[in-house]
Amino acid sequence: MGRYILKRILQLIPVVIVVSFLIFIVMDMASGDVVSALSGDMTLAEQELLRHQLGYDRGVLYRFWIYFKGLLHGNLGTSLVMGESVWKLYISRFPNTLVLAFASCVVCYALSLPLGIVSAIKQGSLVDNGCTVLALLGLSIPNFWLGLMLIIAFSLKLKWFPSMDFKGFSSIILPAFTIGTGMMAQLTRTTRSSMVDVIRQDYLRMLRAKGVPENTVITKHAFKNALIPIITIAGQQFAETLGGAVLTETVFTWPGVGRLTISAINSRDTVLATGCILLTTVFHCLVILLVDILYAYIDPRIKGQYVKGKRKGSGK
Amino acid sequence: MEEKKEYVVEVEDLTVYYELEKETVKAVNGISFKLEKGRTLGFVGETGSGKTTTALSLLHLVPDPPGVIKSGKVNVCGHDMLALKPHQLTKVRGKDISMIFQDPMTSLDPVFPVVDQIMEAIMLHEDVNKSEAYQKAIKMLELVGIPEERAHEYPHQFSGGMKQRVVISIALACNPQVLIADEPTTALDVTIQAQVLDLMKNLRKQYGTSMIMITHDLGIIAEVCDEVAVIYAGSIVEKGTVREIFKHTRHPYTEGLFNSVPDVKNRGRELTPIPGLMPDPTNLPAGCAFAERCSYATDACKTNKPSEHREGDHVFFCSAYDDPGFAIKRKDS
Repeated sequence: MGRYILKRILQLIPVVIVVSFLIFIVMDMASGDVVSALSGDMTLAEQELLRHQLGYDRGVLYRFWIYFKGLLHGNLGTSLVMGESVWKLYISRFPNTLVLAFASCVVCYALSLPLGIVSAIKQGSLVDNGCTVLALLGLSIPNFWLGLMLIIAFSLKLKWFPSMDFKGFSSIILPAFTIGTGMMAQLTRTTRSSMVDVIRQDYLRMLRAKGVPENTVITKHAFKNALIPIITIAGQQFAETLGGAVLTETVFTWPGVGRLTISAINSRDTVLATGCILLTTVFHCLVILLVDILYAYIDPRIKGQYVKGKRKGSGK
Repeated sequence: MEEKKEYVVEVEDLTVYYELEKETVKAVNGISFKLEKGRTLGFVGETGSGKTTTALSLLHLVPDPPGVIKSGKVNVCGHDMLALKPHQLTKVRGKDISMIFQDPMTSLDPVFPVVDQIMEAIMLHEDVNKSEAYQKAIKMLELVGIPEERAHEYPHQFSGGMKQRVVISIALACNPQVLIADEPTTALDVTIQAQVLDLMKNLRKQYGTSMIMITHDLGIIAEVCDEVAVIYAGSIVEKGTVREIFKHTRHPYTEGLFNSVPDVKNRGRELTPIPGLMPDPTNLPAGCAFAERCSYATDACKTNKPSEHREGDHVFFCSAYDDPGFAIKRKDS
């Protein structure tokens, strides 16, 4: 198991190299550079000097090489626009994103899991169809629109929650609800189909035959057996929200990493943008790794594969 | 034989249909039988004849929907199973009556260690704490020949025969009065079959459990059962002691079953399978369900329900015996 985790972490290294390189290339292809974004009252000569200092006259590969040497020393560089260390900028925003991601996922899981389980048990019934419609509704409504409607209803009219900025617990409810309902459809459908597969299994009949109450059969045995696909999707969703939800953060002026990344891209701040996306990638991969480790604790058959190391026919 | 008999299972006129969207599958059509305490009753019949549905009805476990118990009474150890509420049923299942299913490969929950699955049954039905339940579970496993070291392993680490032993130990964990075994050895290979059957016979002797053995293997019936009920298209066609059924076969269908069994002593003999197929359970004929395939059938058999005949405890449903001179021509082996 330890070896497996180490291997997965080492796999991050090529990911980091490729991702940072791609961002550098893409940022270079975009029109304008950071100097034109900064040049308020600079003369042309001053702009040329700045370009020379930042290496914009030496081509993208040169600048990537300088950046990459910094990376090798664990240095994410300094934001070209804000003049502050990228790590500090990112880490100051990250807790906000973490809290929002966590809250959104709690909303999403709390709605999707019961809906998915109920639809699986009452397969094909009115309740099942109702849950499907509800989940699809969450998927279809655009986040920014739902966010705005929630602000109008709960902040402006009812004045229950603040509409802007990070002011304690109450300010998180509306954005978390907005993101959570958006993710609901996928998890509800996954839970439903996974539970439908398990509910037909013979061992549930065996459990009933030994006198296990129906509720326990479903929540303890069926759900645990259905859990692998569910945590795969749930983990992915958490990882995605960790990257920041740009639209929702914009609507609620939430100071998260999503907005930081977008503003870095808009001002062509290549170093900050690369740093943000790199860190997001790393956190994403770590969450996925965590989910993979969880598999082993949920399903003993998977644990056996980790322990024995390589097994014929299995990829990793 | 004394007059006073104690019955642990009494089933009367049980009728179970599976009501699908377009059609109704008449799985069980008015089955009645009784099981005496300490005895073993065998159900023999083809695939799809309603054996398993009958067994599931005893536990009130017929999947609903689509299964509907249309009529009948099921009494297990004094409990009217069909009238009990779900929370009362969970107290009877596993405690008074339990069941072993056909395929041990899929009967165990793959994500819990086997000992947990036995403990779960014990803790549901007996007033014990966790460590007492554990001790008892280990004892049960040892009884079926699984050492304590393997108790914490998961089902996928066991072979088929070992899994069936675990299933048996779960079913017997709370010393039920009645055990239903639904083709417990069909999925196992022959040497393991013998071991599992021996084990079940021993346990039955030890605990005095009454048993219902469902199988399509006449050899198993001869080996473990006291009485046999032959089921065809959801009805019992012949019922009696093993000796009676084997030595004095009456029903043409039972005769057909015996004639389809290969005989080692006479390998040159051709097998005589019963011609044709079982009638479509969504569209059962008006008369005798076996008439289409029966070599003795007359036109009357196709329209009239078969009549009941008795020779002591030996009961059979066949109109041919209305003629007192009638006898089947069973090939003697």
